[in-house]
Amino acid sequence: MKQEYADIIHRCFRCGWCKLPTNYQDFNCPAYLKYRFETFSSGGRMWLLRAWLNGDITTSERLQQIFFSCVTCKNCVEACALPHIKDKLVDIFIAAREDLVEKSAVPPPVRDYLKAMSISGNPYKKPQAERGTWAEGLDIPKYTDQEYLFFVGDVGSYDEVGMKMARSVATLLSDTGVSFGILGEDETSDGNDVKALGEAGLYEHLAKQNIGILNERGVKKIITLSPHGYNAIKNEYPEAGGNFEVYHYTQVLGLMMNDTMPKGTLNAKVTFHDPCYLGRWNDEYWAPRFALGSIPGIELAEMDRNMKNALCCGGGGGNFFTDILGTGKDSAAQVRVSEAVETGAEILAVACPLCYKMLDDAVKAEDLGEKIRVMDVAEIVNESRK
Amino acid sequence: MDTIYKKIADIVGSNYVSNAAEELYIYSRDQGVQPARLPDYVVMPNSTEEVQKIVALANKEKIPIVPMGGALVLSGLTIPQRGGIVLDMKRMNRILEVNEKSHYAVVEAGTSQGMLQAYLKKHHPKLKHSVPDAPPVATIGGNIAIHGSGHLSQSEGGFHTEMVTGLEVVLASGEAVKLGSCSTVPKWFSRAPIPDLAGLFMGWNGTTGVITKIGLKLFPSPKLKDVMMFMTEDVDSITDILFRIIDTEMAEDIAFFVSPKPAYFEGYQLIMISVVANSEKEMKLRLELIRESVREYIDSKEAGFLPLPPYMKVKLVGAPQKNLSEFADVMKGGGFEYVGAIMPVESIPEAYRAGLEITSKHDITYSMGARIVGRGSCVMFYYAYPFNRADSKNIETVAKALEETNEKALEIGGIPWKTEISGQQLILERMEPGTYKMMTEIRKLLDPNGIMNPGNWEVQS
Ligand SMILES: Cc1cc2nc3c(=O)[nH]c(=O)nc-3n(C[C@H](O)[C@H](O)[C@H](O)COP(=O)(O)OP(=O)(O)OC[C@H]3O[C@@H](n4cnc5c(N)ncnc54)[C@H](O)[C@@H]3O)c2cc1C
Repeated sequence: MKQEYADIIHRCFRCGWCKLPTNYQDFNCPAYLKYRFETFSSGGRMWLLRAWLNGDITTSERLQQIFFSCVTCKNCVEACALPHIKDKLVDIFIAAREDLVEKSAVPPPVRDYLKAMSISGNPYKKPQAERGTWAEGLDIPKYTDQEYLFFVGDVGSYDEVGMKMARSVATLLSDTGVSFGILGEDETSDGNDVKALGEAGLYEHLAKQNIGILNERGVKKIITLSPHGYNAIKNEYPEAGGNFEVYHYTQVLGLMMNDTMPKGTLNAKVTFHDPCYLGRWNDEYWAPRFALGSIPGIELAEMDRNMKNALCCGGGGGNFFTDILGTGKDSAAQVRVSEAVETGAEILAVACPLCYKMLDDAVKAEDLGEKIRVMDVAEIVNESRK
Repeated sequence: MDTIYKKIADIVGSNYVSNAAEELYIYSRDQGVQPARLPDYVVMPNSTEEVQKIVALANKEKIPIVPMGGALVLSGLTIPQRGGIVLDMKRMNRILEVNEKSHYAVVEAGTSQGMLQAYLKKHHPKLKHSVPDAPPVATIGGNIAIHGSGHLSQSEGGFHTEMVTGLEVVLASGEAVKLGSCSTVPKWFSRAPIPDLAGLFMGWNGTTGVITKIGLKLFPSPKLKDVMMFMTEDVDSITDILFRIIDTEMAEDIAFFVSPKPAYFEGYQLIMISVVANSEKEMKLRLELIRESVREYIDSKEAGFLPLPPYMKVKLVGAPQKNLSEFADVMKGGGFEYVGAIMPVESIPEAYRAGLEITSKHDITYSMGARIVGRGSCVMFYYAYPFNRADSKNIETVAKALEETNEKALEIGGIPWKTEISGQQLILERMEPGTYKMMTEIRKLLDPNGIMNPGNWEVQS
């Protein structure tokens, strides 16, 4: 554990502000919401970490479960009462995971995920050659010297829902006249969630591989599908020598090309779910709302927990792949879709392929399909044009 | 497998009971300086029925049971002194009813202060409840069990227990009983006019039963808020100043405080006065009347109102006050504990001087202050001492200072509130023998096997 972190762990008061959003509405820490033991709150984790480092508790399976159930959503960072430690909380949890990974003391799903990432380069254990199949039939060029590179990431490349989303975004970018290309089978995982799960070495390898290709191809500007990739490339890659101008696709649509974006009318009430890696991690709350709000007919309704107070879908910090939190009435995704239904919206808009899948599954689990459907921002714009 | 564990799991489900080292570690301690003691199980019930079954099982097996809410009392009252079950009540957090016409709410005991606040703001914006300055995850049940107070305690009738309109409690036998109007008619409007049995569970630290439901008075929530800060150097004038302000009946919350930090505040006595109103006109009038009440002090240049910049006002009008939790970081050490002593307003100068003496003797920093309760019937005078969790010597010093403060508070004529086991001993030593005898007999009757939070409110042998 870095000295900088070891020096401040004891400063957590475990006062519990971290469990709630700043409007106190309900528990907003997905791990605590699910398990309800104090140990699964950020404060509990801080105190356990101190006990573990002091040798007061051992490296048990329970301890691993507690550390790997954090979804790194940063609600605790937002809500913590102590200005001098709050910003470090999630970094400390990730550092604790690094220590556990180093000791090979990780829950089996984390082990399997990391193994798949190091052997196959993706969590789905699919061939690298299939990375570009999502784009088949769309006539999207490989990146040569276009203005932007469209970076798709693991979920957009291999997961059915993610691929659908990648296609929507690519179609809309093309129709908006954006000059872009893709890497296809040359793309490497952005490594964001590998890092969040504490495998710093593997992350570095993935980042360097990506940076190498991006630099080799002369890429300067990147549009990402996923806020996770956006976060890694924007905030982490510079340290590894990758300096790019990075945008999340909603920033391109909502802020840069709102006027040129082709759109029709869609008479629908829509509520937007803020992805943690776009919102709390990168302070971008307005771009997706601008994109949605610019479509005639759309009425935007906010959930009570929105923007800095948004409840995570539960898929952050690697949990999308490891599913340590699992499903059930108290799972963040299931609570979140019920909250979306309460707004009266018929569409739950998302801007992240992980949120898309988590919330889509939750709609099914809660049997809310009659009331609400999950769609990504680009898909909604495309729908308005039909 | 441990048969008790299995029996508990059969009641609450295996996800909501734990005897893992991690849970036992965390539930064995709180944020203050009291020593840790391990529980045997941590259990999280979801309904009164589940609480009944758990308590009945504990009673049969003679296993101690410690109800726990937010575990934010700081004085170790949820630390299981004799092991057993810690009953974490926070899954029982449903808001069951808000009666807008009769201004009361019925909530499950594990409902957090924050959630009730948010719920009222959204669904019944004209109403609010009295909020302690504890972090918002503190529970309504935990606060009632210790006679808490909050931002309406000055203006709306006193301690939070005085705002309780009814209770549902589970006795050590496993029986659930309703107390107050809800015992007789299906509404939770009042504890009167029938014999007031609710008092058997409030201020008892969970030693007489588990509170499962609470009826709570609600109060009007005017739209406009403002805050004034009055400052004087003369602590002996505080009582008079406070009563002048209290007697205007124009203020919501009134709190006196002193702090050695920032340095330019040292030696000054500050009074924070929160004011609410429904219109600008009303606000102006309220502020003016408060100003008038202390005009003599202002004219004599002995004291005056501090101008507050808007950003500071925004911070100060909120309830709960987040900056109180921040106090835990004063020593860069993640801890503080306080003696809160209930005493008459007139005792403030003496209480303040005693605090200065104790903190200077132990060379520790502090924050001191007093919240007015019940329009001046008394105050909760607090002596908060921060400490560094990583420094065991510092913890020892603060523990000693807290003990001395408890003694001093009693000497002055106050009574330590929600006090540590050692503080309870000091109170019991001074209590009329007849009163203590009655307390013991009531407990024997309600809890013959002595399973309810044992160690609390009993003379230690
Ligand atoms: C920064 C800070 C500021 C504070 N400000 C205030 C303030 O302004 N006013 C105030 O009153 N307090 C204040 N407190 C003290 C304390 O946090 C609150 O009183 C809080 O409401 C206690 O509730 P809890 O749920 O945390 O109780 P806990 O700490 O969980 O429990 C307190 C006691 O009640 C018992 N108990 C808990 N639940 C039940 C139940 N359901 N049935 C029976 N017994 C039960 C426990 O066994 C224990 O003895 C403050 C604390 C902090 C840290």
